[in-house]
Amino acid sequence: MQISVTVNGTTHESDVEPRTLLVHYVRENLGLTGTNVGCDTSSCGACTLHLNGEAVKSCTVLAVQADGQDVATIESLAVDGVLHPMQQAFMENHGLQCGFCTPGMVMACIGLLNENPDPTEAEVRYGLEGNLCRCTGYHNIVKSVLAAAATANAVSAS
Amino acid sequence: MIPAAFDYVRAGSAEEAISLVGEYGEDAKLLAGGHSLLPLMKLRLAQPSVLIDIGRITDLSYIRDAGDHIAIGALTRHMDVETSSVLAEHVPLLASAASYVGDSQVRHRGTIGGSIAHADPASDLPATTLALGATYVVQGPNGTREIAAKDFYIGFLESALEADEMITEIRVPKMGGAGWNFQKFNRRAQDWAIVGVAAWRNGTSAGVGLVNMGSTPILATQVAEAIAAGASIEDAAELAVADAEPQADLNASVEYRGHLAKTLVRRALTASTQ
Repeated sequence: MQISVTVNGTTHESDVEPRTLLVHYVRENLGLTGTNVGCDTSSCGACTLHLNGEAVKSCTVLAVQADGQDVATIESLAVDGVLHPMQQAFMENHGLQCGFCTPGMVMACIGLLNENPDPTEAEVRYGLEGNLCRCTGYHNIVKSVLAAAATANAVSAS
Repeated sequence: MIPAAFDYVRAGSAEEAISLVGEYGEDAKLLAGGHSLLPLMKLRLAQPSVLIDIGRITDLSYIRDAGDHIAIGALTRHMDVETSSVLAEHVPLLASAASYVGDSQVRHRGTIGGSIAHADPASDLPATTLALGATYVVQGPNGTREIAAKDFYIGFLESALEADEMITEIRVPKMGGAGWNFQKFNRRAQDWAIVGVAAWRNGTSAGVGLVNMGSTPILATQVAEAIAAGASIEDAAELAVADAEPQADLNASVEYRGHLAKTLVRRALTASTQ
């Protein structure tokens, strides 16, 4: 089936089987391998990317469902080598260990702050319940999100 | 995991979807948010030959005050149910239950109509709408009909919905200031409930729905009748299993499920009685 999907600002015309999962489409058709396949059962959140600005698990979305829609992956964040503020916050707060969950985690965290720019720690933990970190590095991930929120709110207040 | 091959068509309206189901027959399945159907297809537990995507029928995504009840379009996503100010005011139990479904990514895609049509006894919204005395509006080739939630659930993943019908609206009576509470007992935040309870109470009127306590979502009728007859919460909660048929699985034995149901019903009714 012919689809047209805008991924990271570029519109791609592709011919895909209807059963192609969105995560396989971005990884294999477009070569954007930053989005990981983890559990493949919509539990772990490693495959999280943004569909029309919202965090979704791309192992449970068909590429044909993204036809005509806007997709953003982890590759869209850093511009000219300058990290996105959320990536910067993860780096400064040791928000990653092995790094496997990180792309999905970062995309989920950005989605979380888009919906709730000034979350409490409890709200961050609730908002991230769909993302598993097998290194169990949750404490510093939560710290990273709170730091990114504080930085963004300080910038918007000044 | 990749689903078995299928053909994909997109419907622009409920009428078109129903006509496509008529055209493709029983091997066709409706695809809404896909968060119940696609996992089953990836495990090859479901192998429809055609998927009819109804996910873009935007005029079936709404939450409206309809006087004595709130009308919710079948394609309203869990996230929109969770954050609705209309539901927060008039049916807060449903908004709260929606916040327990899966996780935020799942709630961005999954829909209330899809969850109800899937009729999973372990899902949160079927049992909650049952407790609230909801009515489901379904559309078929010969028009629409209403099915009371208590008549809808027939067996495991089996409902009164005919193969050529789709749910278009969920009508939930306003709670009128009743106390309410949702209890979900699970091992990890995003898991299905091992046992869940949706409860409301307004004086001697009460409604209690049980999640994962049988092959269908369960209405704990005898608990509500005991409250109506003036029983204490403790005594009413002892009847939590009376209408249920809990089954054992990896997470819980039949006895443990019964214990959880009584405990969670007691907690939910206590929290509903303020």
